[in-house]
Amino acid sequence: MSATTRPRIVTQHRASLDLFGFSGPQSIAFLVMLALIVVLPYVGIYPVFMMKVLCFALFACAFNLLIGYVGLMSFGHAAFFGMGGYVAAWTVKNWGFTPELGILGAGLTGAALGVVFGGLAIRRQGIYFAMITLALAQMVYFFCLQAPFTGGEDGIQQVPRGNLFGLISMRPDMAMYWLVAVNFIVFFLVIHRTVHSPFGQVLKAIRENEPRATSLGYRTDDYKLIAFVLSCFIAGIAGGTKSLVFGIATLTDVNYSMSGEVVLMTLLGGLGTIFGPVAGAAIIVGLENYLAQFGAWVTVTQGAIFVVCVLAFRRGIIGEIAALFKTSL
Amino acid sequence: MSGAIAAGRRGPAVPGWALWIGALLVAVIAVVFLVGPAAVWAWLYKPPALLLGQLLLGLINGAFYALLSLGLAIIFGMLNIINFAHGALFMMGAFIAWMLLTPNTWLAMISPGLAVPDWLMLGYWPSLIVVPIVVGAFGLFLEKTIISRLYRLDHLYGLLLTFGLALVIEGLFRNAFGSSGMPYRIPNALQGGVNLGFMFMPYYRGWVVVAAGVVCLVTWLVIEKTSLGAKLRAATENPGLVQAFGVNVPRMISLTYAGGLALAAFAGVLAAPIYSVNPNMGSNFIITVFAVVVIGGMGSIVGSIVTGFGLGIVEGLTKVYYPQASATVIFVIMVIVLLMRPAGLFGKGS
Repeated sequence: MSATTRPRIVTQHRASLDLFGFSGPQSIAFLVMLALIVVLPYVGIYPVFMMKVLCFALFACAFNLLIGYVGLMSFGHAAFFGMGGYVAAWTVKNWGFTPELGILGAGLTGAALGVVFGGLAIRRQGIYFAMITLALAQMVYFFCLQAPFTGGEDGIQQVPRGNLFGLISMRPDMAMYWLVAVNFIVFFLVIHRTVHSPFGQVLKAIRENEPRATSLGYRTDDYKLIAFVLSCFIAGIAGGTKSLVFGIATLTDVNYSMSGEVVLMTLLGGLGTIFGPVAGAAIIVGLENYLAQFGAWVTVTQGAIFVVCVLAFRRGIIGEIAALFKTSL
Repeated sequence: MSGAIAAGRRGPAVPGWALWIGALLVAVIAVVFLVGPAAVWAWLYKPPALLLGQLLLGLINGAFYALLSLGLAIIFGMLNIINFAHGALFMMGAFIAWMLLTPNTWLAMISPGLAVPDWLMLGYWPSLIVVPIVVGAFGLFLEKTIISRLYRLDHLYGLLLTFGLALVIEGLFRNAFGSSGMPYRIPNALQGGVNLGFMFMPYYRGWVVVAAGVVCLVTWLVIEKTSLGAKLRAATENPGLVQAFGVNVPRMISLTYAGGLALAAFAGVLAAPIYSVNPNMGSNFIITVFAVVVIGGMGSIVGSIVTGFGLGIVEGLTKVYYPQASATVIFVIMVIVLLMRPAGLFGKGS
């Protein structure tokens, strides 16, 4: 993305308030987020809704890792999310995998797909990258439509949540909720640490000026591919978790509209912000929940939000708040 | 050792794709020798009616790919925007044609008792002219109000915005008419077909291929052979300089967008009697068309026409020989092209 339009990310390292490498305001935001995750299910918010939000938030964070920090716009992330969901659902239901193994399998599936898709797509840049990932994801969609193990239009239904480590039953919603919450926080921090590691600095250098990063001796394609695979791994984790929460894996999660949805969440929250994708996911999932009774108006609203965001609101909600306080969130 | 390296350096420059095609040929010859020509022929031979019937269907799909990717290429050349809304406007074209043909059906859906006289109904032939104009005008409006605000931003924002527009348009149509398909009658003049001896050829299918081919050819002629087209190509290369020569470039950009959408709407009207008219018909098409665009490369008009028709035919052939892969074959070809020639078959550099 060109230098004039991209939201700027200023990395600040202040030793005094160093919580996982967050700056002062970021630490506060992180603590607020933690508090909300812990408190909200106890004050009347339906835990399954919260779990859905957290799964999509993780998915959006994975997507944001690419668009926000490497400048790669993937329009096919539903493939990794959806395939992860199928693999987790299938292994847990048919092979009796424990949930953590199923979720890990989902992540590895996403990563394996990511190696192939990333290897192909990073041969082109910018707009072509988006179109290629979209087309490859559509191929996965058709594969899932025809493959015997996905159950076609029916999907894989009645997936048991199983017992965590073979010990703790995940059937109560609150038990599953803590698994999802811990899962989310761990990978949220993994993404944050990746972005702020020396590796992440190279990614940002590639985003800002790829020829220059190349001239400094970095194999930019390798860096892009590693970031892509990491993002796909986490997208797979998110998809696998979601399918276990709802006990179902369907074609909806591999459809291109799911890829569009994760773009929308990230764009609405703020591209390249740490907390934006989380806020965006919460708003969009909440909106869908509220609008579900109005049928196709969900699509219209989503489309309208896209248009408004691009025209008037490119920094996103968290980006605007950060700009207001002259900091980065 | 050093001699071999030096010889390697002096060797003729063989392009990468030539090596790939050579390898493919060797593989094909090897297979023919291994299983024997008779077995290969037995596998290749299909009843001509089946083969040609699927080829014709493929050609029809190819005609739509060509019309849509042509519009995408023209718009991208001028506006630097990948128009994700292209599929939605294709659908809109088909829907407007349907609405003009049977206004009383949908007026009754909106408010019972509302009806228009027969003389207001527009048949297929007037629709072919009127609908592209209507959708083109809508395109002018979109360009002036929304899309023109994007030109100084990154290309990706154009993709996001037009994706949003596509969602809005499709959602509105789905709200109004539901997701089920609406039938559109083939016009009387093109009912029926002719038996060519080796296959049965419905008139309408033949007409679609011819009409799409003619429109593609005319578009190509306008862009390559007229002074308007010359200005257009010049403005694609260097808008500032062309504007300095006194050409109204902003107006040209608006008209280009409108023209691209008119092509999509024309394709929509052509498609209405073949596919059922439904709100999802565009989004199913547009992703495949994106793959077509990646395969052909965005640079050339001829490229998008040839790739569009060609891939339609390949898809048709796949339906004959390996039907399971017919939905994915274009994406597989895209992967192969990306490995061999990342810039696309007709593209110039990255």
